[in-house]
Amino acid sequence: MDKSNRPFFSNLKCRECGKLYEKKAIHVCEYDFGPLEAAYDYDAIRTSISRAAIESRPQTMWRYRELLPIDGEPTVGAQVGFTPLVKADRLAAKLGIKSLYIKNDTVNYPTLSFKDRVVSVALSRACELGFKVVACASTGNLANSVAANAAAAGLKSYVLIPADLEQGKVLGSLVYGTNVIGIHGPYDQVNRLCSEIAGKYGWGFVNVNLRPYYAEGSKTMGFEICEQLGWRIPRHTVAPMASGSLLTKIHKAYNEFVKVGIVEDAKFSVHGAQATGCAPIAHAMQRGTDIVKPVPKPDTIAKSLAIGTPADGYYAIHAMRQTGGGAEDVTDDEIVDGIKLLAEHAGIFAETAGGVTVACAKKLIASGKIPRDEEAVLCITGHGLKTQEAIAGKCGELRLIKPSLRDFEEQIYNPDMAATA
Amino acid sequence: MPNVLIPTPLRKLTNDLSEVSAAGANIGEVLANLERAFPGVKERIFDEAGEVRRFILVHVNGEDIRFLDGLNTPVGDKDEVSITPALAGG
Repeated sequence: MDKSNRPFFSNLKCRECGKLYEKKAIHVCEYDFGPLEAAYDYDAIRTSISRAAIESRPQTMWRYRELLPIDGEPTVGAQVGFTPLVKADRLAAKLGIKSLYIKNDTVNYPTLSFKDRVVSVALSRACELGFKVVACASTGNLANSVAANAAAAGLKSYVLIPADLEQGKVLGSLVYGTNVIGIHGPYDQVNRLCSEIAGKYGWGFVNVNLRPYYAEGSKTMGFEICEQLGWRIPRHTVAPMASGSLLTKIHKAYNEFVKVGIVEDAKFSVHGAQATGCAPIAHAMQRGTDIVKPVPKPDTIAKSLAIGTPADGYYAIHAMRQTGGGAEDVTDDEIVDGIKLLAEHAGIFAETAGGVTVACAKKLIASGKIPRDEEAVLCITGHGLKTQEAIAGKCGELRLIKPSLRDFEEQIYNPDMAATA
Repeated sequence: MPNVLIPTPLRKLTNDLSEVSAAGANIGEVLANLERAFPGVKERIFDEAGEVRRFILVHVNGEDIRFLDGLNTPVGDKDEVSITPALAGG
């Protein structure tokens, strides 16, 4: 609220027909099933927000409070966000681009992925709406985040995941004492079941009936990138696409910062990255259409991106096209190479989705879609410790020796090293 | 008759029922009979061109009808037809 008590966050609004709804746990328009989005009073926000005001606040995603859809103060995940923006000069040289930054959400708090951003908003709103049980449909990272943040807040939680997820992601939910339900079938089946459960029981599904609140949390990645660049929008941003929501919300974040006078209007492009084994959005972009053909059986090591029926695919395509962005897709081998490139040249260990983003950025630069004399920010969304299976045996072997100097000298030490030691 | 799961946004038209029965040998017929029982449902589900709206998914026993035979997908008496908003997840 500002001083005149006008709420910054006024309504939910159908993105298709513009019909307004109350700020309840609903996510689609009754008339055309279009997505409901948070609507704000930007005039009120403009009077409250400023660079100085933001800089005076704690270094968390909640420093952009005016542009997030809750009524009071955040009660869940108040410490989330404000992850490093790393200038990656060695990776820039390797990919052949003038300037490259990594938005490093592998170290987001508390569960090492960007999902803590969306969950913080969704569960804070869930508490405001009085939910006692929260849940989600997840490809892994979201499940970890819902489980952890619900545990911290004292909410009961259920996380529904495809049965074949990586061990790290399953354990990374179980440890918090949540109910982990593995579903026989791909993510899209998990999603449908969750829609059916949400329609029948009064649970707060963060990415179903709480989705309008949840999705807005992703904007904070875009806000932080602008602030960390010295209050400006980067020329190119590359984001991984599963549902396509993150990319559309980064696009929205840049536009909102212009609208409320925080950054100057500037030309920018958002580009999308997918795995070839599940690339419905990238393939639609490449075909020059906005009709997203669903993928019945996703098949990729980038399981966190394996959504065959992406909810925001249509909007992601429009965001990329409007800004002159492109979309690429990469094979499993290219994903592993992407993970290694990022690790060896920037010291950042990303999960498979990060490998997708780096490998797609490499292609976008090579094709000239991102010109070599410009700058790009890569959104790296989750930690590599969660998807170790993907690179096991593909990045060198442990070398074993006895604890003896002779063994060391005979098997490890290379006399050439002496010159540089 | 096939059982049809009704999503929340349509329940004002189905007297708040979350599940209803509707006759029909294929999805198109089931949805047509749903409209007869609950007038208004059709224009919510179909766009002006007669296609299922962009943001709606229809499944038969958990299978997306776009991977089957669309509106011609056959349904049996014990089958479950599910109408859900596409905008979930991710």
